[in-house]
Amino acid sequence: MARLFEYQGKAIISEAGIAVPNGEVVETPEQAVEAARRVGLPVVLKAQVWATGRASAGGIDFAAAVDSVGEKAARMLGHSVKGQKVAKLLVEQKLSIVKEFFLGITIDDHEKRPVLILSTGGGTGVEATAARRPETVARMHLDARRDIYEFEARDLVCGLGIRGKEQKRLIPVVMALWAAARRCEARSAEINPLVMTDDGDFVAADCRIAIDDYAVFRHKELGIEIAREFERPATELERIAYGVEAGDYRGTFYFFQMIRDFEKGEGVIGFHGAGGGGSMMSMDAVLKKGYKLANFCDTSGNPPASKVYRAARIILAQKNIDGYFASGSGVASQEQFQSARGLVKAFAEEGLSVPAVIRLGGNSEEVAIELLGRFSDYWPAPLEAYGRDDTPEFCADRLSVIMLLPARQKEVKRFDFPSEFTYSFKTLTGWVRFDHARCLDCGDKPCIDACVRDILKVSDGVPKLCIAEEAAAKGRCVECLACELECHARGGAGIKIELPIEGLEECTGRDDE
Amino acid sequence: MSILIDETKRVLVQGITGREGMVRTKLMLDYGTRVVAGTSPGKAGETVHGLPVYDTVAEAVEREGSFDVSVVFVPGPFVKGAALEAIYGGIRLCVLVPDRVPIHDVCFVSEVAKEHGASFVGPNTLGLMSPGRALVGMIGGRSEFVRDNFKRGPVGVVSRSGGITTSIAYYLNKIGIGQTTVMHVGGDPIVGIDLAQAVGLFEEDDETRAVVMFGEIGSSQEEHVASLVSLGSLTKPLIAFIGGAAARHGMRFSHAGAIIEGGRGTHAGKVKALRHAGCTVVESFSDIPHITREVLEANK
Repeated sequence: MARLFEYQGKAIISEAGIAVPNGEVVETPEQAVEAARRVGLPVVLKAQVWATGRASAGGIDFAAAVDSVGEKAARMLGHSVKGQKVAKLLVEQKLSIVKEFFLGITIDDHEKRPVLILSTGGGTGVEATAARRPETVARMHLDARRDIYEFEARDLVCGLGIRGKEQKRLIPVVMALWAAARRCEARSAEINPLVMTDDGDFVAADCRIAIDDYAVFRHKELGIEIAREFERPATELERIAYGVEAGDYRGTFYFFQMIRDFEKGEGVIGFHGAGGGGSMMSMDAVLKKGYKLANFCDTSGNPPASKVYRAARIILAQKNIDGYFASGSGVASQEQFQSARGLVKAFAEEGLSVPAVIRLGGNSEEVAIELLGRFSDYWPAPLEAYGRDDTPEFCADRLSVIMLLPARQKEVKRFDFPSEFTYSFKTLTGWVRFDHARCLDCGDKPCIDACVRDILKVSDGVPKLCIAEEAAAKGRCVECLACELECHARGGAGIKIELPIEGLEECTGRDDE
Repeated sequence: MSILIDETKRVLVQGITGREGMVRTKLMLDYGTRVVAGTSPGKAGETVHGLPVYDTVAEAVEREGSFDVSVVFVPGPFVKGAALEAIYGGIRLCVLVPDRVPIHDVCFVSEVAKEHGASFVGPNTLGLMSPGRALVGMIGGRSEFVRDNFKRGPVGVVSRSGGITTSIAYYLNKIGIGQTTVMHVGGDPIVGIDLAQAVGLFEEDDETRAVVMFGEIGSSQEEHVASLVSLGSLTKPLIAFIGGAAARHGMRFSHAGAIIEGGRGTHAGKVKALRHAGCTVVESFSDIPHITREVLEANK
């Protein structure tokens, strides 16, 4: 759920016709004073953070005089409320409240329909109120295909015994909230409290909207930078990872950081899961060994090797991790060598320096395990690979053993990439480049055999695309990385597959300084 | 028998010319699923693994006759359109494999399905297989792998995690317990046939003698299973494991469905509800096979 700040939610419902208090968003105490003058005193200052219970955490304050506005704004801006830094304040007119209501929409997984909840007991703890006094709460399931009919809203409001002018003024608010939530594809939308002022108007005193992550792409107007469930602003690496996911619809890549400021030797592990359920179990296995996890990561749903490669690069960009643990459900329905190739390319290019245990169970796990073994000369650190008959607990145990091994002194091979290329074609997210001078010297052309999609053929003694370049760029080249790996393992080192990760170099480069 | 799919069901593949559609069609055919045709707008006249490709579901139905099942392999934003086309085309079961399907789209499809008496599995599902009979979706993989590792037997498996679905079936088979049907309901917050409905289908199935269920934090699916068991609607022995014991409130660990919201859907709450209803909830994933064997022996 991509959460919106209060002021963003209020902009959405205001556009749908729901009254919100007169107010302005500010970023400095000076702006707050100016805003208060325009809005009219007394005002309320509200910290814009994704947290409930702001009032008791110092995130809401009132000011009756201009002098105190700047002072109070300065006390909030730049400080933390419930662990979140306050960058913006909403300066709003103070309302004279007669009554408080709760109006919210969420999605009921049992009915598979949105549900609208109206309660005459607004304020905090609406769920507790609902349990204690069910007669104060009315619910209505909604049809996702259409707005609410007026009579439906009236039925709901009347069900709570709300009559007369109050009824008449509340109905459009009920209708408008669903219209707004439907339009922006909210996972949840809540006005709490919805207040009735002394002149009988309904005004949304607060508003919380969370947009469905998977619908964010259809709502560019909301300016959501990263459509993920975060309790804090995204880190730079999370932003980079999200960029990878947003640009590649094949499979899922999900990444977030759990700890950031840690030193070498603290036992913090880079974690790479596959599949939600298996990832959680694998995570538990590492945690039980007494390690900490730097991050959570899941590549699943049959991602191409290129996506797994990018995930591994991003995990390894976390400086100071002491180990790398990859483990999924154990019996995957996808060919495990896809993931293995992505890992091999990342580990070889980075020269993997921390011990790694890789559990790739399921289809073709034998090939995957063999591949990781065959390339082990390309990185200095020890790596062990396991399959479906080895549990996450066993694998976590192996990690703890190899992490204690003394560092090996060994000759490490590097991919000898060409420095110039004579032939290239584009893929969905990168480039496959050749130095055909090297290819001419290569006898058996292992890249051709390695290409499962049969899009490479020998022509004039060198490998070339045998389909239209446009088709390769649109996804016929599945970025399985097999041609490159086989080329370097057995052939003439004439291929380089470039898979850029936007922002990663800048990010890691800065850390080095 | 089995639930939802078997070797007699006629299957349509929507998005048959795409990366997954093509590969999975081959694997389904290899295993013996009765895949008849596919659709891919603009690609009419092509063939995929010997199967005809049509532009529309209506054309496929007109030329090939009706279908029992459609399996959808199109990117998430297009799933709603594909599912509606299948349902309006008279197909009673859609298997929506892709993930990243907008939640309002799922609710929309659910309304239309209800009106047409259709149902759907997913979205974000690996699919389902009835060992020895047929499989639909991405489940299983290579046919020899599926034949070697998944056998017919007395247990129904249903799970909210794709990889775990096949893992449970694999570890059960390792100690000689086969399955009627193995089903992944999908990892999203809103899915078509949910855990409770799936367990209900196993209840109706003569061959299923016990059900193994993998639940996880978030949603109210496990709680609904528990209440059906308490009501006496589900009488077959149920062995459950609930994942996500260590997850923090409000933090999402991959499955969009696995998130605890507003204090509902906690690990402890689910375990308690299921145990209270009389289900067997195992503490460790690796306990599932032998506990299932004990339960089967006790209920001979």
